[in-house]
Amino acid sequence: MIDKYAVFVPNLTNRAENFTSGHRACQGCAEALAVRHVLKALGHDIVISNATGCMEIVSSPLPLTAWNVPWIHVTFENAGAVASGVAAGLKVLMRKGKIPEKRIVSVGMGGDGATTDIGLQALSGALERMHKDFLYVCFDNEAYMNTGIQRSSSTPYGAATTTSPAGKDSIGQHTWKKNMAAIAVAHDIPYVATACSSYPFDLQAKVIKAVESGGPAYLHVLSVCPTGWRIPSHLAIKYGRLAVETGVFPLYEVQDGKYRMTADIPKLRPVRDYLSGQGRFRHLTDTDIDIIQKRVTKEYDKLISLHKSNNG
Amino acid sequence: MPKPMEEYRVEDLNPGCVIDEPGNAVVYHTGNWKSQRPVWNEQKCIKCGVCWNFCPDNAIMRKEGGYFVADYEYCKGCGICAHECITQCITMVEEVV
Amino acid sequence: MGKRIGMEVSLMVSEAVKLADVDVIAAYPITPQTHIVEHLSELVADGHLNAEYICVESEHSAMSACAGSSAAGARTYTATSSQGLQLMSELLYVVSAMRMPIVMTVVNRTLSAPLSIWNDQSDIMANRDCGWIMIFAENGQESFDQTLCAFRIAEDRRVLLPVAVNMDGFILSHVIEPYQTVEEEIVEKFLPPFDPLYTLHPDRPVTMGAFAMPELFAETKMAHEIAIRDSYAVIREVWDHWGELTGRRYEPVEEYMTEGADTVFVTIGSYGELGMDVVDRLRAAGKKVGLVKIRLFRPFPYRDILNSLTKFENLLIVDRALSVGGVGGPLASEIKTALYRLEKRPNVFSFIAGLSGRDVPPEKFIEMYEEAMEGLKKNQWDEFTMVGVRQ
Ligand SMILES: Cc1ncc(C[n+]2csc(CCOP(=O)(O)OP(=O)(O)O)c2C)c(N)n1
Ligand code: SF4
Ligand SMILES: [Mg+2]
Repeated sequence: MIDKYAVFVPNLTNRAENFTSGHRACQGCAEALAVRHVLKALGHDIVISNATGCMEIVSSPLPLTAWNVPWIHVTFENAGAVASGVAAGLKVLMRKGKIPEKRIVSVGMGGDGATTDIGLQALSGALERMHKDFLYVCFDNEAYMNTGIQRSSSTPYGAATTTSPAGKDSIGQHTWKKNMAAIAVAHDIPYVATACSSYPFDLQAKVIKAVESGGPAYLHVLSVCPTGWRIPSHLAIKYGRLAVETGVFPLYEVQDGKYRMTADIPKLRPVRDYLSGQGRFRHLTDTDIDIIQKRVTKEYDKLISLHKSNNG
Repeated sequence: MPKPMEEYRVEDLNPGCVIDEPGNAVVYHTGNWKSQRPVWNEQKCIKCGVCWNFCPDNAIMRKEGGYFVADYEYCKGCGICAHECITQCITMVEEVV
Repeated sequence: MGKRIGMEVSLMVSEAVKLADVDVIAAYPITPQTHIVEHLSELVADGHLNAEYICVESEHSAMSACAGSSAAGARTYTATSSQGLQLMSELLYVVSAMRMPIVMTVVNRTLSAPLSIWNDQSDIMANRDCGWIMIFAENGQESFDQTLCAFRIAEDRRVLLPVAVNMDGFILSHVIEPYQTVEEEIVEKFLPPFDPLYTLHPDRPVTMGAFAMPELFAETKMAHEIAIRDSYAVIREVWDHWGELTGRRYEPVEEYMTEGADTVFVTIGSYGELGMDVVDRLRAAGKKVGLVKIRLFRPFPYRDILNSLTKFENLLIVDRALSVGGVGGPLASEIKTALYRLEKRPNVFSFIAGLSGRDVPPEKFIEMYEEAMEGLKKNQWDEFTMVGVRQ
């Protein structure tokens, strides 16, 4: 990845900022950074349907908007369905000659809560219907941040949140992170990928592939949230990188059902490197960390074997 | 140019509260959130733009000559640029008001 | 003039939607709405209607998809009943405040529990504050007519609000009635193409659904309130135009045999037809009884209601829903509110009848009349009466 920086970075990317300055995300919010890069890759001809959550709130306090592209927010659990309606509306209006023919991508977006919990049904419906030029992006910061860091089904095992606090009788979140990418893959859609706010070029490349696949496509973007993870804001990029380098959050894509690992990691770092320093994990014991290490290794190996069998 | 919220009257709102000035959030300056500001040492800067790429607030601009500078109107002082800079040419200095 | 033919009312509604040449339908099946959406699916499948039919996985997504397509600039329709409307409830408030001219048929059915598929108006009454224009059809022809009128009202630049056309489940939806079709040329004259004010399109990016802080929220609500109040004039204008084109005239509030009446039934929805029959019988028996039918429920037509109802001494208001733990029938309680500021108010008798499709034959209306007259004699009656309930 780093070799990209040997050249002048702004030349490698769309310079238009369609998510403008003046948005009110916290200092060091890598979810906002991920949105910025997703928009760079998507370009101009899109319509965004955004679920309720941090990115919606920080960007749209009436009468202000941080969006330079068409954008709609309706409710928390329905971005998949709203984006379906947008896709269907644009399609039929073009077919009936009421608006000019042009490829416009309908992009649904939401946080992990909006995607893996309350909006899962609406998203599943949307993916199943096979809308063309349809992309859904989950910005996963691993909790309901907008409402004050409550757990979601995407919160990792062991993380303390305000509704999964660590305590005498609790390790914090006691369920394993829901594998949302696998659920998307099960819909048999042409493109699914995981990405991370610390790898903007990889993220942008995947957005472009997702769009080129024709859709529906699903991207699951680990988006580091310093506020909710209880890390200093300047370490937002570092922790995303550690998530990938430890195998906690593997980067891969699934094109027409074929898995391919997309980050070159010769040897995984121990999960301890990732867990330590994050306030949400500070209570974990060595035994807890061992349990997490075993699980991460097992899941990572599964992906590696899928990668190997799919890529001969 | 949008007015402050409390000056809006019913008649000033578009039907459905649609906002038809894209990106008008730029009038909101987040720069006063910061307690520290990034400062570049141009001696060490290799003009790669890593800082620019990782800024969540689009608050880093390229100056003439290819060096980078923060747009202090928006920079929230998160310190990502300083931490990510390959040559460590950015230092965070305390914001004095 | 169009042909006069017999048809199931649900199919008439689908035909009206077809004549409106809708662009997008997003709906989820629920009894007794099913025949409408099944027929629309057929029309699309057979190429008679050039629309996108989105088979959503819930009513919540139905209304969400409607929001998306309407915002994209497409003429948008859905239909539901009962639990489906409740599942949509969250969205009902949102799309009206976002001023989306979606048209929906609500085939009225009661709400669980206990589960029941049969008719009453608990579903829409539970959502009566959701900011939609609400019209109640009395018969099949009107269900058809009001569906077409709804698109014209909703999309009028002076309105831009969603419209719910209510029709009683089974009582209307599943019966075959004669109706007069309308020629396409007439519809073309009546219903111009949808010309939205804002759309989601990259050529002119807009932001829809921004949130409001307390400093601004009340102004947004007031704007919505003014819009729906002002829609009243447009509704009348549209109904007048429809009357000119088809000869079928509609008013927000209509009277039947009220000449010289001292007592009137006040009904909404399909009770209107039954009410007329009952009034005929009571008149034949020499009673000075008439009927007032409420067609427009939102915006609540205060002026028409006062103009009409203040002429009578006794109002027998028949609701098809119970505000549990509240003050009886929703229609009755709203009418009472409207009367409050008058110096001389008519007596109000609130009846709740026909819950979950319980048969209400004309005799029941006559019993209500007798009960009210009895109460008058004793100068004592209950806040409301559940008609025919065994206790
Ligand atoms: C039906 C409903 N339930 C609950 C809420 C409250 N709520 C708003 S945003 C949110 C959490 C958002 O979490 P996520 O989707 O992960 O996005 P994030 O804020 O973390 O980016 C919740 C619980 C709501 N708006 N609507
Ligand atoms: S809470 Fe987290 S995700 Fe939300 S704006 Fe702040 S840093 Fe970003
Ligand atoms: Mg979240």
